[in-house]
Amino acid sequence: MQIIQQILFVAAFGLAAYFISKRIQIIKKTIQLGRAEDRSDNPSERLKTMLRIAFGQKKMFDRPIVGILHFVIYAGFLLINVEVLEIVLDGILGTHRLFAPVLGSFYAFLINFFEILAAGVLLVCIVFLIRRNITKVERLQATRHRELNGFPVIDANTILFAEIILMTALLSMNAVDSILQERGNEHYHPVGSFVISSFLKPIFSNWNETALIIYERTAWWLHILGILGFALYVTYSKHLHIFLAFPNTYFSNLKAKGEMPNMPEVTKEVQIMLGLAQPDAEASTEIARFGAKDIKDLSWKNLMDAYSCTECGRCTSSCPANLTGKALSPRKIMMDTRDRLEEVGRNLAVNGGIFVEDGKALYGSYITSEELRACTTCNACVQECPINISPLDIILQLRRYQIMEESDAPASWNAMFSNLETNQAPWKFATSDRFNWANEVK
Amino acid sequence: MQEIEYKVPTMAEMMSTGESPEILFWVGCAGSFDDRYKKVTIAFTKILNQVGIKFAVLGTEESCTGDPARRAGNEFLFQMQATMNIQVLDGYGVKKIVTACPHCFNTLKNEYPALGGNYEVIHHSTFLQQLIDAGKIKLQGGGEFKGKKITYHDSCYLGRANDIYEAPRSVLEALDADLVEMKRCKTKGLCCGAGGGQMFKEPEKGNKDINIERIEDALATGASTIAVACPFCMVMMSDGVKNKEKEDSVKVYDLAELLLEGMK
Repeated sequence: MQIIQQILFVAAFGLAAYFISKRIQIIKKTIQLGRAEDRSDNPSERLKTMLRIAFGQKKMFDRPIVGILHFVIYAGFLLINVEVLEIVLDGILGTHRLFAPVLGSFYAFLINFFEILAAGVLLVCIVFLIRRNITKVERLQATRHRELNGFPVIDANTILFAEIILMTALLSMNAVDSILQERGNEHYHPVGSFVISSFLKPIFSNWNETALIIYERTAWWLHILGILGFALYVTYSKHLHIFLAFPNTYFSNLKAKGEMPNMPEVTKEVQIMLGLAQPDAEASTEIARFGAKDIKDLSWKNLMDAYSCTECGRCTSSCPANLTGKALSPRKIMMDTRDRLEEVGRNLAVNGGIFVEDGKALYGSYITSEELRACTTCNACVQECPINISPLDIILQLRRYQIMEESDAPASWNAMFSNLETNQAPWKFATSDRFNWANEVK
Repeated sequence: MQEIEYKVPTMAEMMSTGESPEILFWVGCAGSFDDRYKKVTIAFTKILNQVGIKFAVLGTEESCTGDPARRAGNEFLFQMQATMNIQVLDGYGVKKIVTACPHCFNTLKNEYPALGGNYEVIHHSTFLQQLIDAGKIKLQGGGEFKGKKITYHDSCYLGRANDIYEAPRSVLEALDADLVEMKRCKTKGLCCGAGGGQMFKEPEKGNKDINIERIEDALATGASTIAVACPFCMVMMSDGVKNKEKEDSVKVYDLAELLLEGMK
């Protein structure tokens, strides 16, 4: 009987590992579709940024209450994984509480600590469900934010429910385990009662031993299969931020937020136009696309940003355009980018790794001109993001495509452009009048 | 106070006499052409004269940094402007630039280096703070600003874009005024609605104009003066005050105007 459980466990673990690694490959491959951008400079500053922003969750504490609540789940996630290691080893080796004899009294301390964390995670998940569904925090409402309709709302609630089930399984399993220890079942090492689960013991106190063992095994399997399933689910979910927050903050933009990256391909042409450089006879005649129309025109970091976004909506709730009813939502920009990436990923998967043209693009099929035009480039979205995602960088690259490739600008912008060309000022004033103000200095 | 003969020397004049200024005052298009913002240019020029800073302007040789074109997506036009400006600046051997426009400031400071233009660029809020700290600007104190409520509206291109939050505030504090913050300020400051090329187009469809949303923050403080440090913010906040029909009780001023007033 024991050996069957071990075989089943190894099979489940192997299967999960296989599917998860396939998903990781697709995610990696689609991120690599992006154009090159060097973010390898200044490793010590990058490491510090990652430790501060991702590991230390600094920006989460801008909103202190949610910051603390989120920190409980985060700490639970990091630390309870130590216990998962034991569960995995127990599953493979057919042992029970493998670390208990090795760690002695420290084991009981650890499990008590994990139980407190688990109870904390459970409570916070309930609070988060209430915030989403009962007190209806504005930035999380699909009725107000169209990008949340459908899967995103289900996704968010699924994750919270899944965590509640996992934590309940963990705590009730420990309660039943303690009862089995007390009844002298030799498979269950006497490690004592634990701080939280001991409160659950009365529920099971009049169960017979077989029922208790069945419950304990079921809860154990539910917990570990739940974790394996969750790990796979995460790769499809907004919850991917639990892993990607770390590399994503490491590769943060370290420059001033106001700086727009230069386009060297334009610099060369401008210098030729101004007679500062000669056309390069050997230059490749391949015409690059100016700006970004689809995901492969964006940089790999923009694409990693998209996979890292957890749809919290801090960006959108601080966006002046969104606050005043415009179509633009920075969160939607990130979600659209990811949706398009996932679509391209599926395209690659069914076509043997080669992208087959589908007639769609990020600009047009997902993001509209009206959204792009509403942006004031104020950087509020970039400032707010707890993991340093930049929706603005994507918006500005799409604008470049719109203007330079499609010559699609509002008439007033075209007027501004022509004023700049003829008068070197965005308004229609003569260059010769530029210094007239000095006559008024008296 | 003794009468000062105000001078606005150009780089060309300086060069012809073999002189070189301590700073180039980059006026910007709004500072040159916009009737309201010309007053700010004049105020800043007067401060420079009073403090005795050796400065010069480019005059008719100045042209737009290209910022609105770049933000709209017209990289070609931006780079044309930038390349021509860099030629002019380098031709005069300019090392240090001070400007009252956060958009010019951001572009000159952060974006010209990639095109070969390397200068020390300072926004006038920082420059004025430095003059106050160095004791070069002496304020009467206890004057007309004492106890007067002033609120400061953060420009996105100074604040979030370049992390300048304290310099403008310390200039206002030097005036001995009662500085009151809006509910959204500093990193959380709400845009006036004019950045990213919005100054030069109609807003997209929505249910409110951004400057109205912002002026409500400002009016809620009860301040009678709204201080700004950006020509676009100046336009948007002034329009907001007009929209709320508060022109008589609430005034919008640039830091330089307030400081000049405090120096009298």
